[in-house]
Amino acid sequence: MADSPVLELLLRRLEAADGGLDSAELATQLGVEHQVVVGAVKSLQALGEVIEAELRSTKCWELTAEGEEIAREGSHEARVFRSIPLEGLVQSELMRLPSGKVGFSKAMSNKWIRVDKSTADGPRVFQVVDSIEDEVQRRLQLVQAGQAEKLAEKERNELRKRKLLTEVTLKTYWVSKGKAFSTSVSKQEAELSPEMISSGSWRDRPFKPYNFSARGVLPDSGHLHPLLKVRSQFRQIFLEMGFTEMPTDNFIESSFWNFDALFQPQQHPARDQHDTFFLKDPAEALQLPMDYVQRVKRTHSQGGYGSQGYKYTWKLEEARKNLLRTHTTAASARALYCLAQKKPFTPAKYFSIDRVFRNETLDATHLAEFHQIEGVIADHGLTLGHLMGVLREFFTKLGITQLRFKPAYNPYTEPSMEVFSYHQGLKKWVEVGNSGVFRPEMLLPMGLPENVSVIAWGLSLERPTMIKYGINNIRELVGHKVNLQMVYDSPVCRLDTEPRSPQTQEAA
Amino acid sequence: MPTVSVKRDLLFQALGRTYTDEEFDELCFEFGLELDEITSEKQIISKEQGNVKAQGASDVVLYKVDVPANRYDLLCLEGLARGLQVFKERIKAPVYKRVMPKGEIQKLIITEETAKVRPFAVAAVLRNIKFTKDRYDSFIELQEKLHQNICRKRALVAIGTHDLDTLSGPFTFTAKRPSDIKFKPLNKTKEYTACELMNIYKTDSHLKHYLHIIENKPLYPVIYDSNGVVLSLPPIINGNHSKITVNTRNIFIECTGTDFTKAKIVLDIIVTMFSEYCENQFTVEAAEVVSPNGKSNTFPELAYRKEMVRADLINKKVGIRESPANLAKLLTRMCLKSEVIGDGNQIEVEIPPTRADVIHACDIVEDAAIAYGYNNIQMTLPKTYTIANQFPLNKLTELLRLDMAAAGFTEALTFALCSQEDIADKLGLDISETKAVHISNPKTAEFQVARTTLLPGLLKTIAANRKMPLPLKLFEISDVVVKDSSKDVGAKNYRHLCAVYYNKNPGFEIIHGLLDRVMQLLDVPPSEEKGGYVIKASTDKEESSRKWFCSDLPRTDSPSSWQAVLFFKNTF
Repeated sequence: MADSPVLELLLRRLEAADGGLDSAELATQLGVEHQVVVGAVKSLQALGEVIEAELRSTKCWELTAEGEEIAREGSHEARVFRSIPLEGLVQSELMRLPSGKVGFSKAMSNKWIRVDKSTADGPRVFQVVDSIEDEVQRRLQLVQAGQAEKLAEKERNELRKRKLLTEVTLKTYWVSKGKAFSTSVSKQEAELSPEMISSGSWRDRPFKPYNFSARGVLPDSGHLHPLLKVRSQFRQIFLEMGFTEMPTDNFIESSFWNFDALFQPQQHPARDQHDTFFLKDPAEALQLPMDYVQRVKRTHSQGGYGSQGYKYTWKLEEARKNLLRTHTTAASARALYCLAQKKPFTPAKYFSIDRVFRNETLDATHLAEFHQIEGVIADHGLTLGHLMGVLREFFTKLGITQLRFKPAYNPYTEPSMEVFSYHQGLKKWVEVGNSGVFRPEMLLPMGLPENVSVIAWGLSLERPTMIKYGINNIRELVGHKVNLQMVYDSPVCRLDTEPRSPQTQEAA
Repeated sequence: MPTVSVKRDLLFQALGRTYTDEEFDELCFEFGLELDEITSEKQIISKEQGNVKAQGASDVVLYKVDVPANRYDLLCLEGLARGLQVFKERIKAPVYKRVMPKGEIQKLIITEETAKVRPFAVAAVLRNIKFTKDRYDSFIELQEKLHQNICRKRALVAIGTHDLDTLSGPFTFTAKRPSDIKFKPLNKTKEYTACELMNIYKTDSHLKHYLHIIENKPLYPVIYDSNGVVLSLPPIINGNHSKITVNTRNIFIECTGTDFTKAKIVLDIIVTMFSEYCENQFTVEAAEVVSPNGKSNTFPELAYRKEMVRADLINKKVGIRESPANLAKLLTRMCLKSEVIGDGNQIEVEIPPTRADVIHACDIVEDAAIAYGYNNIQMTLPKTYTIANQFPLNKLTELLRLDMAAAGFTEALTFALCSQEDIADKLGLDISETKAVHISNPKTAEFQVARTTLLPGLLKTIAANRKMPLPLKLFEISDVVVKDSSKDVGAKNYRHLCAVYYNKNPGFEIIHGLLDRVMQLLDVPPSEEKGGYVIKASTDKEESSRKWFCSDLPRTDSPSSWQAVLFFKNTF
């Protein structure tokens, strides 16, 4: 292995050595950089059991750049002392010297110099003693000579505080002979080539063993976004359960479909400027289904369909106001209205997953836009028990089996239920979704038959994704500030398996 | 969802027993409440202002309970305790009665000037009430909770409560020029005109939020007694003269507003909650309100309404099989006194004035389900048989996404909202050319418009990921929005595909190749023939619809690296 003389030398020295040798000492003896010896040790290690190398770390002291300068030219205070002539030096002039500021105060505290403030041209500095001992320089020179141990610990610490000394950890190898020790090692082949096969030389060549502890080279590849991987899984779940996807490709919605059609009164806080993005252009919806609008208006202001109504003055201009939809339930309302126009009534199961917009205060888990997942079933005689049964199946597919239901209030569902699941990591019940039976005041004006019930539930796409992928800040997941490395590294989405690390549990 | 903060020990006293935190949490859950936090005044102050400020603050344990937004009857300790006691069948729901006074009835006369600013008012009297410090605090706190919720921050309704013994009726609710209204407001030592007050309260952290309600009106609403004493300047502030204290025995309550129904509900809630402390418990003294047209009405309404619900309807909606008698019992536990009548399947339900949220049979069904216990309901699967369909646009999107990733590109997910600059100035376009929809109330420039192109989002993604090794190959398939008068709302989503190749060398052929690959995937051949595609250099930056186009934009001015981006998009 003539390509590395150091390697060759190392083996020779090791053969002669009694027991073993130290890589740093060898480097000094050979007059080469320590890293060169380390390289030789590593390539010998790769050959198998030729040598044994034990990693040792020793601490030693080294001078900093400033320390080296002082060892060479004397401490700042000594330099200040020496620069003062017998007749003294004006203090301001002294301060301009390279060592002036630091040296002056040290020389003062050493009582080597004094300041006379009574002189005519300002304070003047004089030597006080005839000669000085530059202790700092002497000590640093000792360290430089490798005799740091001759200094007291206190002295070393003082020099370290002045940033003249640093303690470094030196990693060295203690090298000894291995079981297969030999001074003549031949280079191992890394790869099998076609020539070796055709010539048959492979039979005699030693081959380098595979290094399984190293990482392989990742293939160049494209990646899907984690949130959208989760979206695909939710679509899959709905499709498996026989749900048809609703069109939701209309971010702009009228207040009518977003609120009024859902029997959400016009003074409801959600319709506030603080919660909803309204549009300046186009500010108003151009067309509304006017006969249906009339039924909605009557139900809000006077009641009907068995309802007392909200008893307020319902305004068409309020319903015309355009906005960025605040929930996908607006799309569900359109889908149900379409369904109601088909006679005779046919049962339907619908779902959607798409963006919604809220003019909210933003924080680590809230953005102005997020994705909503919604499921809807319309059929004769649906019960609350049916809703809970469907939710159980749905959440089982997400790997969530322990569910319980809490009474809640939503403006457009009655009864309403919040869905809680027991979180193993947090050891408590956490809300995982919201659900309910759409109010008759919403369904009957659409024209749905009286004995048809519509059950529905919704949840956000971001929250389960953040839990799944252990992401605490939503901005790392959604939007342009996404961490692309996270996108590259994210595993496939299997919703029915547990998240990997305990830290991901915290994200909930 | 409003949060009500109550002293734990007072609550337990009212409930007649103690609970562990877990037991109480469980009870809340069952009833549809949420025990949100267990804390104390000291903890709250120390959390918000530090330990030093918290010294000396009370250690009394507070329960913070989340209450459904439509249950105004649970917004104070009195209501919470009453609701839970009835739920647990420890007491019967009280019957609230309106009584006529022995002497003359208190009158509130509304003048016609109020019509343009705050046309409605209702009033009532609580006679011989006995406050303690805690009761008084709860009374004030309930008004605040009502103001924040059903009253929509006093815009719809504002409440004024007054020490009746300091006043003499009849009262007048009128509207006057602000400069003509002068009085000593609550907790001030001198008189101010309404104009002055509006200025003073501009810096008041609490009151400044209500000024806008009347600020720009020529006349301000004001209530006087027969001696010209100002009771209140609704919805801003009461007068100091009639201020109530812990020693007040007779309270005159007025609610003024723009929503008559809500004003009546608010008045009903206050009197039903606090008549508990009157000498004649749960009785409220009537007051007469005279409208500008001379018509007289007596308040509070305290109306009990009867609803008839069939037992099998409840069973069918919930999915249970309970006898009518049992269902009636369940409803009674929800403060809806019910009994079986008629053919034995009819249940007559009495809706008390505290339950304004019950407006339809479905509300009654829900209460029966809550009392039955949601978690006791048998889960079943509906027999609804349906064939699933994907939305074709989303189906194609899903297929293309997978093949874009297979082509080595990484999917980005960027915001649909952005600044005007992003879609116009930065791309060298004028905003009017973009046909973008504009948001009227953005809090920051990031939400001025809906994007008309996906490109800015991808470029910003690159900008935020400069530490990543090159090349960056990104794509996104998502919706953009443009104005379109053929749609009912005047705007339409288009699904776009956008891809960006970013490297130190231009790599035009790479993005060009990706485009060819996409066309291959869409089964569109490169051809001048109909049904084929060609790429032409374009100087027109805004694409004509349904036509492929390419151009090289934009270039960064940094000398060390410049990028060429083939920017292409298609309308599906």
